[in-house]
Amino acid sequence: MTETTEQVRRDATVRVFRGEDRTSGQFVEYTVPVDPGMVVLDVMFRVQQMRAPDLAVRWNCKAGKCGSCSAEINGRPKLMCMTRLSSLPPAEPITVAPMATFPLVRDLVTDVSFNYEKAKTIPAVRLAPPGPDGKRRMFQEEVDRVQEFHKCIECFLCQNVCHVIRDHEENKEAYAGPRFFVKLAALEMHPLDTRDRIEMIRAREGLGYCNITKCCTEVCPESIKITDNAIIPLKERVVSEFYDPLAWVKRRIFGGPDDGAKEPAAVADR
Amino acid sequence: MATTALPAQRRVLRRDLWWLEPLFIVVGLGLFVVYAFVTGVQTSGYHYAPYLSPFASPCISANCETYSFGRALLPAWFPPAFFVVWIPVAFRATCYFLRRSYYRAFFWSPPACAVPDARSGYTGETAFPFILQNVHRYAWYLAALLWVVDLYDALLAFHFPAGFGIGLGSVLMILDVVFLGLYVFSCHSCRYLCGGYLDRFHGKPVWHRMWSAVSRINTRHGVFFWLSLLFVVLTDLYIRLLVAGVITDPRIVFG
Ligand code: SF4
Ligand code: SF4
Ligand code: FES
Ligand code: FES
Repeated sequence: MTETTEQVRRDATVRVFRGEDRTSGQFVEYTVPVDPGMVVLDVMFRVQQMRAPDLAVRWNCKAGKCGSCSAEINGRPKLMCMTRLSSLPPAEPITVAPMATFPLVRDLVTDVSFNYEKAKTIPAVRLAPPGPDGKRRMFQEEVDRVQEFHKCIECFLCQNVCHVIRDHEENKEAYAGPRFFVKLAALEMHPLDTRDRIEMIRAREGLGYCNITKCCTEVCPESIKITDNAIIPLKERVVSEFYDPLAWVKRRIFGGPDDGAKEPAAVADR
Repeated sequence: MATTALPAQRRVLRRDLWWLEPLFIVVGLGLFVVYAFVTGVQTSGYHYAPYLSPFASPCISANCETYSFGRALLPAWFPPAFFVVWIPVAFRATCYFLRRSYYRAFFWSPPACAVPDARSGYTGETAFPFILQNVHRYAWYLAALLWVVDLYDALLAFHFPAGFGIGLGSVLMILDVVFLGLYVFSCHSCRYLCGGYLDRFHGKPVWHRMWSAVSRINTRHGVFFWLSLLFVVLTDLYIRLLVAGVITDPRIVFG
């Protein structure tokens, strides 16, 4: 194979956040040799091997599927294992910082348990009874719509970038965040589910805090159209239930908003 | 729940030109608002037969140069545009796409992703005034009606005194109504009303087809927002220049 200029070994300079809390921690600069085709996570491994063996980095799959290696690269929330060096300006040092929204554990590792707490508040699916032949059926066109939501790898980059909690710590209590609106949309649009989560989505999960500025969609490594396909359709469903007198009258006269009558869900419904 | 202290990271670490998009929005919308205001307060210059500016349509007040519905329906209290302009204003102001844009560019909440909010307190759309955004669906009903009137105007634009014809104005009016239509019918509320509210599509092929069609154009909703805005201005400007005698309308009339 002939060697092109791109394949020539070069050095890269990274500025990595080091420390155990955000006030005393700081960016430390490392220069390490890099090879063509490397991603930012590879550079972190080089730093561990050659300069700072105690650098804390969380990762698992190195294939963009486990959602462990979320960080902020040059200030943009990204997966370290899916960000190629060639996609970054070559002449400048690369800044690598931990996610800003979650408490810092050390260096690039944050404590994302906020998300696990939120996950616990979401009532699980409760399927409608099987048909006369003893089988439950879903149809392709119904599955197609919710399929996208199931691609989520729980990297929490969307949670991290969402300004509602990123810039306003006090909202964490009342707000579930985009990842969980994706989850709620999947359940809400589930063709066989019998629970109605709309009141919960409005009041408890705080859908109204989202101002649809779409940063979650911008950062999602799975390209889920979080705002257009999950959040806005949920907002429209909330409008029907709470802010639309016409829809209210229609429901009174013609019955529920949909065929399968749904029952309001409570937090304890798991 | 554990708390985060992040003062050290409050700085903007982004090094790309993140301020370019908000700047474009401020300039684009700013220019439009100025133009719309100047043209909206005029009491003449919006009608050059058979073209009627979308800003003044439907023309229903007594001081109109032409009556959209054959006769005056309202007294001549204000410039004609004032009677209808609140519909597109309410519709666009509560549009999900425009909300995203002005929350970013004007309110700076946030100005760009991973760039801090300008204000320390934030309630989003849970409290007054932004809870009022929930009326968007109502504005959509009215905007859809208004679009029918615009379509009627565009068809009239091919009807010359000597018979059927095509002028540059007719072409502009058609483009205007096409982009307006794409904008209005790619709306997220429209997507909801056209089947998005269903959990089960099976056995509802018409709803599913409608929802799929709207979903397809919905992905370009922002583009249609800007294009429709641009063509409303171009059409109005063209008609005003015709009225002022600055240009003439190239046209072919078949008779
Ligand atoms: S669109 Fe809503 S949920 Fe997504 S980042 Fe913006 S405010 Fe947060
Ligand atoms: S929705 Fe996207 S950004 Fe959010 S956690 Fe899932 S994969 Fe990550
Ligand atoms: S290491 Fe698994 S997503 Fe990056
Ligand atoms: S017009 Fe933009 S979302 Fe309805």
